[in-house]
Amino acid sequence: MQYIPNTEADCRAMLDAVGVRSSEELFADIPSKLRLKRGLNLAPPLSETGLQRHMRGLADKNADVDRYASFLGAGAYNHFIPAAVSHLVFRSEFYTAYTPYQPELSQGTLQAIYEYQTLICQLTGMEVANASMYDGSSALAEAILMAHRINGRREVVLPRSVHPEYRSVCRTYVSTLGLQLHEAPYTDQGATDLKTVRAAISNRTSAVVVQSPNFFGVLESLDELAEVAHRAGALLIVTVAEPVSFGIVRSPGESGADIVVGEGQPFGNHLNFGGPYLGFFASKDAYLRNMPGRLVGQTTDKVGRPGYVLTLATREQHIRREKATSNICTNEGLCALAATVHLSLLGRVGLRELALLNLRKTAYAKAAISALRGCELRFTGPTFNELVVRVKRGTPAQVNRALLAKRIIGGLELGRFYPELSDCLLICVTEQNSREEIDALSKTMGSGR
Amino acid sequence: MTEEVQRSGDVEEGVGTPGLIFNEPLLFDQGSKGRVGCTLPECDVPELKPERLLPKKLLRQDIPGFPELSEVEVVRHFTRLSQHNYGVDLGFYPLGSCTMKYNPKINEEVWRLPGFSRAHPYQPQSLIQGALELMYELEALLAEISGMDRVSLQPAAGAQGEILGMMLIRAYLESQGRPRKRVLVPDSSHGTNPASAAICGYQCVQIKSGPRGRIESQAVADAMDEDVAAIMITNPNTLGLFEDQIAEIAKIVHAKGGQVYCDGANLNAIIGISRPGDMGVDVLHFNMHKTFAVPHGGGGPGAGPVGLKAHLAPFMPIPVVEKKGKRFVLNEDLPSSVGKVRAFYGNFAALVRAYAYIRSLGPSGLRRVAEVAVLNANYIMSRLKDTYHLPYDKFCKHECVFSDARQAPHGIQTLDIAKRLMDYGFHPPTIYFPLIVRGAMMIEPTETETKETLDQFIAAMKRIAEEAERDPELLRSAPHKTKVSRLDEVKAARQPNLRWRGKGSRLP
Repeated sequence: MQYIPNTEADCRAMLDAVGVRSSEELFADIPSKLRLKRGLNLAPPLSETGLQRHMRGLADKNADVDRYASFLGAGAYNHFIPAAVSHLVFRSEFYTAYTPYQPELSQGTLQAIYEYQTLICQLTGMEVANASMYDGSSALAEAILMAHRINGRREVVLPRSVHPEYRSVCRTYVSTLGLQLHEAPYTDQGATDLKTVRAAISNRTSAVVVQSPNFFGVLESLDELAEVAHRAGALLIVTVAEPVSFGIVRSPGESGADIVVGEGQPFGNHLNFGGPYLGFFASKDAYLRNMPGRLVGQTTDKVGRPGYVLTLATREQHIRREKATSNICTNEGLCALAATVHLSLLGRVGLRELALLNLRKTAYAKAAISALRGCELRFTGPTFNELVVRVKRGTPAQVNRALLAKRIIGGLELGRFYPELSDCLLICVTEQNSREEIDALSKTMGSGR
Repeated sequence: MTEEVQRSGDVEEGVGTPGLIFNEPLLFDQGSKGRVGCTLPECDVPELKPERLLPKKLLRQDIPGFPELSEVEVVRHFTRLSQHNYGVDLGFYPLGSCTMKYNPKINEEVWRLPGFSRAHPYQPQSLIQGALELMYELEALLAEISGMDRVSLQPAAGAQGEILGMMLIRAYLESQGRPRKRVLVPDSSHGTNPASAAICGYQCVQIKSGPRGRIESQAVADAMDEDVAAIMITNPNTLGLFEDQIAEIAKIVHAKGGQVYCDGANLNAIIGISRPGDMGVDVLHFNMHKTFAVPHGGGGPGAGPVGLKAHLAPFMPIPVVEKKGKRFVLNEDLPSSVGKVRAFYGNFAALVRAYAYIRSLGPSGLRRVAEVAVLNANYIMSRLKDTYHLPYDKFCKHECVFSDARQAPHGIQTLDIAKRLMDYGFHPPTIYFPLIVRGAMMIEPTETETKETLDQFIAAMKRIAEEAERDPELLRSAPHKTKVSRLDEVKAARQPNLRWRGKGSRLP
């Protein structure tokens, strides 16, 4: 039997030791009416080769970004992952371990998380970071809940330039607690409309949320938003879905952010059809005790050697139960490890180069597309590696079909989330897109064929 | 064994040998200025200066303190860190309620197929038919296994499944008139249960376990009224016991218009034998990283799908996968949906592994999982019950719970026993949980261990009980053979040092 090593003889000996005749007796406490009187109606078992063939068959029905040129971003980014990342994350000492409850046997996981927390602080410009959350969207929802815990206020400004799925998750998370989410529109620059934010904010406002680069790829004016929020006694929550930008864009911490959360997938984690991803979560030291999630701290052992432990657990559900800061139990440990390894490889120089490369490629694509007669850039604000293109001839769907005929997966059709942008595509350009691919994209977009 | 060797913490030959353990400094205390550990693609577009690409006030000049390491340094660093870890591939890991079973290697290969790992979530639906088919089929497999009508694959973890499950209940009750105020939670439940109920705006009322370690239906009847939205019940419970009155409890709760939530963390014990959906359960979360062999990853990522009965289906999170003719489609059009609990569709790569696991075991294999998991737990229980205090019952399901009551007179606590187990080469069981057993040791062997391993573990536990009488200090000072000895957790909490703060920075 697959993965069950004990033989019939082993089981027999164990049944004898227990003092029962059959394993059936061990289930005698399950009332007969609750027993399944038949076998499960599932397909029969597959051998390992059979399984491999079946899974390959399913996988082959999908396109992937290795076999197609892809210009999709929108919260999930196709970046190069060095071979060393996969090899290290594939060490089973890491991936077959559990949450490091027993620190003496988990120093590897714990030290790596401590390093991850440090890297996230350095990238975001914040003072403390947790061991990670499920993904960018739920991290943002938890940030809103944390702001409410800090100041007790019940209103939140959540601009429309924040990822639509993140907004949807935030609505779901806060709906039962009676917090109010106020939208703010975007300007022709593609940035959050400051005037509306100013008008919407009051002494009831718990937090102002802003995404930067935002869903349209546009970099927001964080300093102004921080000032507006702080003047009303509200917190500024910055969310970042594309953290490669940290390599070249001033950190949210330098602009006065109070909580910085986002998506860590672009560091070392595959696209994985949407998950698992990595929610990062950082804040000022002052808010430490209101933070959700696991935290790893450095301490010493009995003879004074440095070591690492899970700490400040009195915030958490296994101690505080219904009074916990969050119900979160695990983090996304292995995804955080992948990010830590990738960031270590990139380092101070490599991350900046990577960010600059994304910026340059995007600038090249921007110039090429804005020169086309059939297309224009929808927004004027500065962008990182995404841009919104308005399609003037035909529809975005037609453009995408023409691209697909050339094995190019085009941009995201924005009408799906923004009815007023139904003539627009959100296009993402990373270091994975060669100049030839960008040229092919703009050529097809220009000709419509 | 000489007394001297024993004092140093050594155990008998063949177990617990630590080998060569490197000390490994932090990333930030290594490397040299200018080192980079990977190459980037060459720049094939004009190399404009950053100042020409972004407004100056948005530009970042540097990230002080960021690592500067070569590839070989990074590889050595993390390889050494991995050697400071204990995982299922190294040995027995009987953490109760965590189901640390062996993670099949083939599953680690299949999720990495480019069609799964390199597919973007917003690809056109014609280019993700395989992914959607897998999700559609997995939903059907989980529904059959659990006896539920529908399954949402979206939650990223069991705890997120709990939030979603309680939101579904709340949305349903609201549609019936009002969401109600309270949720009943047994005192043996996981801490996530009350925490999840609280996030959904409910007050928790604790239900005391009866003398048999189970919830008695009378206790539920006494607490149940029309302000109670739901009961959250774990079956089998955290004592490893089947809640044999669950059908009566469900009737009582339903009669007053409440809903029954089942924490499916312990499904491994009953898979193929009994189904929550046949017990009157309305909502159930699964833990893919427990029952379905997805690796725990050092603390995630797992996945926590939620099974539900048909009356809750209108409230499912969007999108749901449907089949239209031969095509699979993502349907966003659920007007009463609670929305989304995370972006995109769930922890897909974890779902791929769980699907592969179910397909490789099939119905007979899954039933055998429960039988052997339960036999292994009962074997440990029966072999250790004369050595350690067993607070509840003759037989258990997937896990057994002992306490330190017999060792306490020697000044030995559960923590000391757990730490000493490390010297024998085993990961300790879950300790001090469930809360209703003082000094609990919760042992879940799973079905993937050999009898020989169980025998070695039993022998180690018996030896430790002897040591507790003969030489309690040996336990109190354990572990002796790990990279570090017991760590000062009080200091960690009182003087939090949660990040590296600069070259040469030392302890707080």
